[in-house]
Amino acid sequence: MAWTWFHRLGSPPYIYNLAARLTPWFGWLAAAFIAYGLIGGLIISPADYQQGEGYRIIYVHVPTAWMSMQVYMVMAIASAVGLIWRIKVAHAVAACCGGMGASFTVCALATGSLWGAPMWGTYWEWDPRIIFELVLLFQFLGYMGLRAAIDDPQRADRISGLLAVVGVVNIPIIHYSVEWWNSLHQTASVMKLGKPSMPVDMLLPLLSMFLGYSLLFGALLLIRLRAQLLSRERSASWIREVVSA
Amino acid sequence: MAGLMEYLDMGGYARYVWPSYALVVAFIVVNIFAARSALKRARVEAKRRLAMKGPEGNAP
Repeated sequence: MAWTWFHRLGSPPYIYNLAARLTPWFGWLAAAFIAYGLIGGLIISPADYQQGEGYRIIYVHVPTAWMSMQVYMVMAIASAVGLIWRIKVAHAVAACCGGMGASFTVCALATGSLWGAPMWGTYWEWDPRIIFELVLLFQFLGYMGLRAAIDDPQRADRISGLLAVVGVVNIPIIHYSVEWWNSLHQTASVMKLGKPSMPVDMLLPLLSMFLGYSLLFGALLLIRLRAQLLSRERSASWIREVVSA
Repeated sequence: MAGLMEYLDMGGYARYVWPSYALVVAFIVVNIFAARSALKRARVEAKRRLAMKGPEGNAP
């Protein structure tokens, strides 16, 4: 009885309708949090005492970097669920993540580069965290390429899912790279045990942007998931109902 | 006006700060557009498949 909800999550028509109902909630909440994050980051928060106004790139760089790892974790966990319990919806979730994950990673690398130029004096440095973030981009692209290269959808799910699960080893490497090796990046100031070492008026817009991106990712995932289910469930009778509605 | 120009200058970091924000806003817009068009395409494709199968869902 306790597992009823879990089995329902594996039902494509149930998930399709649930996704359609939840998307506006995720979308509007995302808009609110991102709007506050942008206003807070660009106007409300004070200038940094060392980096001046240039530090404001933090509000677009750090949340996109966190999101790149979060999206990968969602993709890997969904792939693992799909592989272990053979749930097609889980594979569909994983399939939706590749493009969005690659986008977040490109944003993290590009904004990091724009931040690095004035602060480090270079657009690119072979810094451990940057290298492993670049590896993460190649992982997303590799996942998408592998999936696109296999015609049989079930085989594509299994093989690309395995790649996603194995590749999860890069996530702790990105996170701890600043502690394991000498790095231009600072060590954790928010994602750490204990109190974040950032003033509240700087921290709140940052957290708001991260929450906004997470909700935006949720909304986009729900939209893409509906598209995936429609194209995967080719002969299901429920498709007739939802398409004609 | 001078205050606005000073703000837009971002303490001399304008050419780094504004492109960063523009990139992220563009990323958001493109991803929303891409997701919505993917759903639209999937719906059109599903409708086309159903039309080919006929009203009872049996392929002719």
